[in-house]
Amino acid sequence: MLTLQCPYCGVQCDETELSPGGEAHLTRFGPGSDDTEFEQYLFLRENPRGVHFERWRHAYGCGKWFHAARCTMTLEVFGTYPAQVTEPPADLIEKIREKRPGWRWRDLA
Amino acid sequence: MSEVVSALHGRRTEGSVAVRDTGPRGMIQVRGDLGAEALQSVCREVAGSGFPGQGGAEVSDQGAVLWMSPDEVLVLTARDRAAEGVTRIGAALAGTHHLAVDVSDARAVIALEGAGLREVLARLTPANMHPEAFRPGQMRRTRLAQVAAGIWLTSETSAELICFRSVADYVFDLLANAAASPAVGHLPVA
Repeated sequence: MLTLQCPYCGVQCDETELSPGGEAHLTRFGPGSDDTEFEQYLFLRENPRGVHFERWRHAYGCGKWFHAARCTMTLEVFGTYPAQVTEPPADLIEKIREKRPGWRWRDLA
Repeated sequence: MSEVVSALHGRRTEGSVAVRDTGPRGMIQVRGDLGAEALQSVCREVAGSGFPGQGGAEVSDQGAVLWMSPDEVLVLTARDRAAEGVTRIGAALAGTHHLAVDVSDARAVIALEGAGLREVLARLTPANMHPEAFRPGQMRRTRLAQVAAGIWLTSETSAELICFRSVADYVFDLLANAAASPAVGHLPVA
């Protein structure tokens, strides 16, 4: 069972209190983009064994979207952070580097 | 104006804890900048209580202010004072970006009384109901079986919770069922 801390409420949320929102930090390619970019945006997702960044919504609480960094293998949660960012906070990345040396996720490492 | 009727018509049941409908309650949804002194003071006046911080519930004899999200509180007051409360909040926050709505009929308020109420709640919610994790003065919005609810303790042996009116009977039946069997003692009893 996954337990994430909502960065807005500060409470430990059970997985069943949350709605999953899929991969985090996607860049939208809409009208005017080429087919490859659009396909990348719409269909192609990371499927890592290890460190992953996801969007979650605190559906049974404040209703806000937030981001979570976790390990898909062990369900270890590295941290959660608010949604109003385009990339994970530097201190969280540093923490993941310490715990999972050599990790890679898209162009983050 | 039509007669005000609570969703549960005053239902109550006695099990290992008492579960009862608290009747019609004035509820005002207030959205805006929760850090603003004007918003905090008018909410304090209307509810006759303090103003909560993150995840808090400030309760008084006359009402309560419940923290719902970073930009929303629910102000509880007497049912017949809700409309007046909305007017006062609207007047106090005029000119600032805010929202104040009388949502008294949107939800039901159910009270639990008895030493074993933490265990009764723990049978239905994934939230941690341990005395060290959930104390009076905290507001926990969570899930009771299949529906959303918000729970706050008014003392170590009494709690109140809100759920949507349309699921009030469902929630009451859940609580009555959970309260029907005796405590197994998994959580410390107050």
